[in-house]
Amino acid sequence: MLVVLLLSNLIFTPTFFKVEVRDGHLYGSLIDIVRFGAPLIMVALGMTLVIATGGIDLSVGSVVAICGALACWRISEQGDQNSVSGVLVAVALALGLALLLGAWNGFLVAVVGIQPIIATLILMVAGRGLAQLITDGQIITINSSPYKLIGGGYLFTVPFAILIALAVTALAVLLTRRTALGMLIESVGGNAEASRLAGIHSRRITLMAYIVAGLCAGVAGLMISSNVSSADGNNAGLWYELDAILAVVIGGTSLAGGRFSIAGTVVGALLIQTLTTTIYTTGIPPETTLLFKALVVTIVCLVQSPAFRAKVFQGRRRPAPPPAGPTSATAEKVEVPA
Amino acid sequence: MTTFAEVRSRLARPQQRRYLPLYATLALLAVMYGSGVVQYEAFSDPQVVLNVFIDNGFLLVVAVGMTFVILTGGIDLSVGAVVALTTMVSATLLEEQGWPAFVVLPLVLLIGSTLGFGMGCIIHYFEIQPFIVTLAGMFLARGLCYTIGTSSITIDDPFWTSMAQSKVRLGDNFVSPSVVIALVVVLIAAYVLAFTRLGRNTYAIGGNPRSAHLMGLPIARTRISVYTISGFCSALGGVLLSFYMLSGNSLHAVGMELDAIAAVVIGGTLLTGGSGFVLGTVLGVLVLGLIQTLITFDGRLSSWWTKIVIGALLFAFILLQRLITPRKR
Repeated sequence: MLVVLLLSNLIFTPTFFKVEVRDGHLYGSLIDIVRFGAPLIMVALGMTLVIATGGIDLSVGSVVAICGALACWRISEQGDQNSVSGVLVAVALALGLALLLGAWNGFLVAVVGIQPIIATLILMVAGRGLAQLITDGQIITINSSPYKLIGGGYLFTVPFAILIALAVTALAVLLTRRTALGMLIESVGGNAEASRLAGIHSRRITLMAYIVAGLCAGVAGLMISSNVSSADGNNAGLWYELDAILAVVIGGTSLAGGRFSIAGTVVGALLIQTLTTTIYTTGIPPETTLLFKALVVTIVCLVQSPAFRAKVFQGRRRPAPPPAGPTSATAEKVEVPA
Repeated sequence: MTTFAEVRSRLARPQQRRYLPLYATLALLAVMYGSGVVQYEAFSDPQVVLNVFIDNGFLLVVAVGMTFVILTGGIDLSVGAVVALTTMVSATLLEEQGWPAFVVLPLVLLIGSTLGFGMGCIIHYFEIQPFIVTLAGMFLARGLCYTIGTSSITIDDPFWTSMAQSKVRLGDNFVSPSVVIALVVVLIAAYVLAFTRLGRNTYAIGGNPRSAHLMGLPIARTRISVYTISGFCSALGGVLLSFYMLSGNSLHAVGMELDAIAAVVIGGTLLTGGSGFVLGTVLGVLVLGLIQTLITFDGRLSSWWTKIVIGALLFAFILLQRLITPRKR
């Protein structure tokens, strides 16, 4: 899918693949995709772990807004906005809050035993209120060059946000694939009760997944607010949870839990960002992005659904190679309600 | 060896448990209204309560549809987007295409129902989680809105304006025709859930899908009907909202799915399905409306406190539900 999109870009906009060094920075559409996709990658990574434990985190968008708001508010309060230590304190505060919010979600799910959708729905509703409370309903604008580095700056000619996303991805891959952690998470997602009986601290693992998701969302919040040097409690990270879930699902992680792929999630997040960027660069009205997303999410889910595969491939047509068949069939399916 | 007291408590509890969240919501409403009356002189005017209905008629209709879906143990995230789509389609057809109101009205209701029907089919036949399917439905409906147009369209169709401006007198006070429509929807929904086969099947599927299947209940028909009802209610809610706002806008009703879910939950319907009442949902909508009214009356608090209070209430009621229901896997 990603390959198809990139190829179509190659045909329609020849300059798409051009990566050049200008003013000592890397420039080009591809770099932009990764750069603007970095927050989504972050959020989707955390979401992957949560979904792998069989849960879901709807509150990430709100956490993005809260953390951006808190960091910007703290920076705007201090006298010298460019002081590095002040920015570090603001960042630490925001990440600490993100950790707390993640822990709150994890507490509700793992300890109190509320369904994940509902438990995180609470923070999704209340969180946006909190973010607006911090920004006092205004858009806080700041002018701080150290803070600007996180989302809009460059290090070794590469956008800093990409480096953060790379580092976190690498860390996640190392932790989940080089240690037993990944297996423990999958085991909890497969059957929490059975893994508890097998001696795994399934509550602790679940709690940890939500905390990581909160932290990742917090970092994404910092990236977004730093890139635009402002915090908007109402609109920052709006519908991010949906994009993140979409990225995870496209990446091949089952929503039922018990199986996850970090590489898949990263590809999924990049795919969504490529889709958005492609729509912008080819001159299709950006308003239709949502339509494409709806189409993609339906198709991917249908292809993943065993019931669908059973019905389409054995019912209507002879067994065919997977991608070609369902795509046309689902396209019809989506058109019906429209 | 079980004592008499144990047996009695075991027998009595399920009944009590069913109504407990409802009582809690009623008590909450009474406290909120009481504190409003004590604090503010103008609050005791009956019109204050009627205004809550006028301002939330559309939410009431949408939440009633959501109640059906949640009773089967599902969820519908597309309602807000369908509401927006309805306002947008009606505004465009009425104002830019010049279609008459009596054509537009059934058409938009049909669009909403078809969308719900389609989602219900995908959920049932392809066994994909309702959450994901309705999420895609939400993207689709919102995307269609943006495709139609991004600017707000004012409606000045005579039928729409007359619905917006006419008042139904109740003694010294009044309500809008939308409130009457909303209440009629509530009554029909309550009747359907309590006395018809569809209603019983809805509860049965939510209670335990497997035993419902073994009992030979028509699961496919019920589930798809439930999502169709929700789609219809969202479209009707959209029509009422366009009466209220007299405009179509693709940004209308952002986040209304959450308000609707919150109203249903605060109204005591179990999110795991199988237990709850439409009356509870009405109370839930009233609670949300009263919170807004109280915050408006106060004047010192800003509107975003509404969201925080709703979140806190949601938390309290989910905790309550968690305490009174046995753990479900």
